[in-house]
Formats: sequence, structure tokens, C-alpha cells
Amino acid sequence: MKKITIDPITRLEGHGKIEIFLDQSGEVNQAYLQIPELRGFEKFCEGRPAEELPRITSRICGVCPTAHHLAGTKALDDLFKVQPTFAAAKIRELMNSAFIAEDHILHFAFLGAPDFVVGPQVPAADRNILGVIDKVGKEVGSQIIEMRKQLRQVLKIIGGKPVCPTCGLPGGVSKGISEEERKTIQSAGEYGVEICSVLLKLFEDVVLKNQEYVDLVTGDIYKHQTYYMGTVDNNNLVNLYDGDLRVIDPLGNQYARFRPQAYQDYIREHPEPWSYMRFCYLKDVGWKGFVDGIDSGVYRVAPLARLNVAEGMATPKAQAEYEKMYNTLGGKPAHNTLAFHWARLIEAMYACERVVELSSDPEITSEELVNLPTNNPQEGVGVVEAPRGTLIHHYQTDNKGLITNVNLIVATQNNGAAINMSVEKAAKSLIKDGEVPEGLLNMIEMAFRAYDPCHACATHSLPGQMPLEINVYNNKQDLVKKLRHGRE
Amino acid sequence: MAKPKVAFYWCASCGGCEETVVDLNHDLLGVADAVDIVFWPVAMDFKRKDVENLQDGEIAVSFINGAIRLEEQEEMAHLLRKKSELVVAFGSCSHMGGIPGLANFHDKEEIFNRVFKEVPTMDNPQGITPQLHTPVEGGELTLPEFYDTVKTLDQTVSVDYYLPGCPPPPDLIMNAINTILSGTLPVRGTVLAPTKALCDTCPVRDSKPDKISIRQIKRPWEVRLDPEKCFLDQGVICMGPATRSGCGETCIRANMPCRGCFGPVDGVIEQGASALTMVASLLGLDIEETLPEDQEKDLLDSIVDPAGTFYKFSLPASLLRRKRL
Repeated sequence: MKKITIDPITRLEGHGKIEIFLDQSGEVNQAYLQIPELRGFEKFCEGRPAEELPRITSRICGVCPTAHHLAGTKALDDLFKVQPTFAAAKIRELMNSAFIAEDHILHFAFLGAPDFVVGPQVPAADRNILGVIDKVGKEVGSQIIEMRKQLRQVLKIIGGKPVCPTCGLPGGVSKGISEEERKTIQSAGEYGVEICSVLLKLFEDVVLKNQEYVDLVTGDIYKHQTYYMGTVDNNNLVNLYDGDLRVIDPLGNQYARFRPQAYQDYIREHPEPWSYMRFCYLKDVGWKGFVDGIDSGVYRVAPLARLNVAEGMATPKAQAEYEKMYNTLGGKPAHNTLAFHWARLIEAMYACERVVELSSDPEITSEELVNLPTNNPQEGVGVVEAPRGTLIHHYQTDNKGLITNVNLIVATQNNGAAINMSVEKAAKSLIKDGEVPEGLLNMIEMAFRAYDPCHACATHSLPGQMPLEINVYNNKQDLVKKLRHGRE
Repeated sequence: MAKPKVAFYWCASCGGCEETVVDLNHDLLGVADAVDIVFWPVAMDFKRKDVENLQDGEIAVSFINGAIRLEEQEEMAHLLRKKSELVVAFGSCSHMGGIPGLANFHDKEEIFNRVFKEVPTMDNPQGITPQLHTPVEGGELTLPEFYDTVKTLDQTVSVDYYLPGCPPPPDLIMNAINTILSGTLPVRGTVLAPTKALCDTCPVRDSKPDKISIRQIKRPWEVRLDPEKCFLDQGVICMGPATRSGCGETCIRANMPCRGCFGPVDGVIEQGASALTMVASLLGLDIEETLPEDQEKDLLDSIVDPAGTFYKFSLPASLLRRKRL
């Protein structure tokens, strides 16, 4: 039996590894995506003052520290049973919106676009951000950099620094927004809306008008019929900061709708001895292994999942794009993994529109920033939608407000099982008779890249190619073939 | 002339140190022009093998972020040390252990039990934990070892310079790169940041009275934080006096107290002890003579979690280092 190793997959925090086992006839038997990374936040947060957790847990991920900071801050609200002031709630949502927009666009431009705008089959040397800029022109390239820069400035204004923010308090935020800062934020949002329009047009021109790409997006290699979970508002529209969690089944019917505090009634985690990751599934459907379908508790989160569980977007431009996407994909839910890229752009548009709306709200410059807690802390749950999916922080404390228990369901963990399945399905579809055809590596990469895995500090990918190496071993573990792609 | 070779690597970290490098924005393109980046897993297609193939000392400088938590990270640190003329510990985790270093209050077994067995959403009746070797159909899957103790980079390999912060701010990164490229190297072991304490550069420094007396410790959520006023004078613990400056006072400017990510000032080994002493010396200072002993003890007890507070970013680098095994 042969073994194929893809190691390292640097976009998984430098520590991802794919192992593929072939049977006697050279067909893929099993494939595994391993996450050999663990730091143990659930343990070492114990004993810390609860109010420090938004600043400690933001160090889980320096790519999405804003999401952890805000989930932690909302958990503190619930812990002390204190509502944030109206202004503080808006400032927090504004912060989350600016963050999601910049992070989504970074992922699209640096990670997604090379596969689509440049092409999955072009020489690897061109399949990077420079190739994207070559194709779309320097002007668009510099617009993307400018948009990110401006939105990161918004994060600095509100949270002190983009990595890692510092402003969250139970019942509010530590710092307000001045009129001058408000104008800067509004203008960053408006610029973001403009650039999202450019990128959505680009996506339409380059991807949707190219049959080869459309076939890839809608084809079977990158498709899984799973449950989906995401946050919706009272009208069942996508909300990235607050609302109920809604789950739909693979046919699109509502399976559950619940307050974040009830997450334990719906979500369970499954361990595997070969990974430091824990794999989430729906408790009552049950863990049936790495398989899809209505009988398997595997569900997905993040952009496409959020759009699937909702009935629309709360802002006009994003809503128009939402309708266009589902018309093209043939209705809801869309099970096409590569459509995560499209949904990501639509969410970026929504997030920029929200930045404009919130920064135009007269209350955003209010100095009513915090409601001081008066209740004894006990237990709290905080949930936000991070760029890569639903993020749950759950804290318990003693009567001094020192942490006794922490549970964290991190965005990519929700997608963990599905990412494994997607890699395996792509490998099974592409590797035949033990042959490892040219272009295979990138096609396998595309299977998990669509999810933008959270350890994807890879979103800062610079000129260069995601380094993948495939080693083919015979049944004596001798290396018989080595393939790599990237710049030679 | 050949461009100097530069490597970037990450160990037990969060990716924030990579984000802050990308936050150099246009300056990053200048850096990419001036040097030859030979290893940067996040961005470039070079492998461990490519590093192994370099001559010893061929890399001019390696910037290594993250603490040393797993076997694989230790191996990479040794490899890069061997191949590099200079090694810079980049960011709090590499410099002092950082937030992941708080895990030194526990050991591997406690962490595994919590993460894989005890958390309320875990369904693990068989008590499965990650294994170094797992037999599967057709072969074996392996994982790198998770150590009991988080180490700093300089507890693992010798380090030439330190770039502090969680994360290091872009301006200090540019300064460090320019300093190294210009060849005017400071004394080995230098922390590449200003030498003053944060307190000396604090935007609300003028509000700090000559003598602060803390009658009651306040948690940040217990008071309406006054953005114009010294935190210690409000009774809120701030690490400013015991922490090096250079961060741009970003947390203070967002109206939150310093937590010490830049580490101690020059000449101080133990940031936590220095901060603890500082705060303890301010407790009831103006009523010291008349304060009954039991009230003095209450005042001290009102500092909750002193170890986690004062050693938040520096536990592995401290003399305490870890809980006894």
C-alpha cells in the first residue's frame, strides 16, 4: 500500500499535514488532514480574572483576534448579566464589521483569486497575488491594499491596535469614537463598498463567464450535502455580530433555532487520536464518521453556511448579490464548497455596508460607553460570527469573578470534519491508478482553501505559492516519487 | 553583491506576528527588494529541506516568533540557529513565553484532560487523547510531541537580539531590519526597542501624582475608567512602570491598562516581581502608619490572581518559570 504525505501545509499555521493512503490498485483508501497544534487555552485561562479573557483569548488567533475579543466580551456581558449601552453595542458591531470585511478581502485576493482569476491549471509560478495583479491590473491591486489599510485603521481607532484589540468590557467598551474618527471610519466603509463592487464584478467577469470555472464550482469534486449553522437576526437575515443560531438540514429545512446560551444542547465534539483538533457535530443527529448526508451530524459554518441558513442580507447591495448567487447555483441550500469564495465576497460587501450604516448613526459618537455590572458573575456565553464561522466562548467563575471553567468552540473546529471530507473527496476524485497527475496538488489545496481555515495565517500570503509537497511511498515506506509545486 | 538571506519562522504562536509584518504595507515590498527571503512558510515555497541544504551561517538573520511548545518547534529552532549568523526572538512568545506560557501553571496531562475529556461538549467515553503514533488502515499517522513546559526561544537556542511586543509594532520591525541591514549591530542580547519604561512615555503621564496611594484595588469593570487619568491613581493595576516602552501606548490610548507584553526594562530580569513590588509599595501608602494589619492583608488579597496578572506574558522567562512538576 502506498502513502502520500503533504507536509507542511503552511496555511494551517505552518503545522498542517495531509496523509493519503492508497490501496493495492492505486485508488485512494483514506485521507487525513491532521492539525498538530495545541496550546491549551481552555486550561490555562482557569484562575484568571474573567475580565482579562477578551485580551487573553484574542491570542488564540492573531488573524482573527477581533472575533475572539468580541466573543469574550459578549461572554462577559452574559457572565455579569449586564447589557452593553446602545452605543457600545453599535461600536462593537462596527468593529466586527470592519474586521470581517478586511479579512474576507485579504483571503479572496491573496488566497482565492490566484485559483480563479489566474486559474487552477496555469503554471504555479503565476498562481499567486502577483499573477492576480498582472491579470486585473495594478490599480485594482493597490485598491485592495488601500482598502485593507483603511479598515485596519478603523480597528486601531476602536480597539487600540488591530492585533490584538483591547477595548472590550462587560457592559460596554473602554473608548468612544470622536466625530473626526467617525468620519474616517465612514469613509473607509464607503471605500470598502466601492472596492467590493469592483471585486464582485471581477468575479462575475472572470469566473462566472468561464465555463471551466463554473463547472468546477458546480461539479461534484467539491460538493458535500451537510447541515449548516450560522447567526440570523429576527427576520432570518444574516447577522455577523448578534442573534440566534440557526441550523438547516441538507434539504434546507430548519433543523434548529436557538439562543447561543443553549449551544450545549446542540453541539458535541468528537476526538481522534491522530489530531490535536476536536471535530464538532450535531448532538442529536450523532457522530457517524467523516461522512455527509442527513443522517450524519457533520455541519458546516462560515460564509456559504451563513448565507444558506438565512433568508437574505440586511443591506441592499449585498442582498442583490445574494439573489444573483442563488439564482446561478440553482437555489438553496448550495452545497458547493468552492462557492464559499463567492459567499465571502457577498459578506464583505454586507460588512462594508454595515460599516457605513453604523458610522452614520448619530449614536455612534455617544459617550455612554459602559453600564457598570452590579450582579455577581457566575456563568456566561458569548457568540459572534468570525470570518471563518460561528465562534463560541463559554466562561464560568467563582464569586470573585475568577475563571473556573472555559469552553471554546472555535470557528474552524465546526468545519473540521467537513474539511477532512473535502480533502478526501478531492483526493479520491483526482488520484487514479496511483497516478498523481499535474495540477493535482493545487486541486487538493483548493478543497480546503475554500474554507479559509482559521489557522490560515496564510491570509497574509505574499508573492509565492502555498508550498505543498507530496511524497509517494510504497508499502515498504520507501520514497518512490516526489512532487512539489511552486516556484522553481 | 548578493542580497543578505533572511528567514521568518513561527513556533507556538497565533499568526499575529505574521499579520504585523504584513502591516508594514508598502514598506514590506522594499524589504522584499533589499533581502533574499529564503524561508517563510506562510508566504514562500521553501521547505525545511531547503534550509537544511544551506551552509551553516548562510542565513544573515532568522526572525523566529512563537514559544517552544512542541517537539517540531524545538527542532526547527535548532536548525535555523545552525544556519543563521543572527537569530532574533520576534514577539512576546519567543522573547518571554507570552500568553501560551501561562500553560506553565499546568502540565501536559492537566491540559489534555481538560481539552479532550472534561470540556462540557466533549463526547469521549473512551478517553481518547492525541497520540504520537496512531496505526490506521495501511500505515501510521504521527503527531509531534506536546511538552509539559513552554520554553522561550533563548531557553532553546542562543539568541542574538529580541524584538518585543504582542505583536511587535511595524515601526520597530522596520528599525530592526534597517539596523541589521546597515551592519551597525548593537551589543549582542540587546532588546531592539526604547529603554524607557512605558510610564515615562504614557499619554496620561502628567496626571500621575508624585506619590500614588492605592486605598483599594479596582478591577477594570468596577470603575468608569477615566481616559485622562493614570490607571494606578484610579486603583487599577497597570504594568506601565515595570514595562518597556515602544508599543506606541496602544492599549492606554484605547483607555485600557498595560498588561506588560513588551517585557521588563533594561537591567530587570524579573518583570513580574518588579511589577508586584511596585504595586505592593503603593498599597495604602498614605495611611501606612495607621493601617491595621488585618486590613493591610485584605488590601493585598484584593489583588486577584497576582501570578497570572504580573507574569501574564513572562512566566516561562521568569525565575518561577513553571508550576513544580
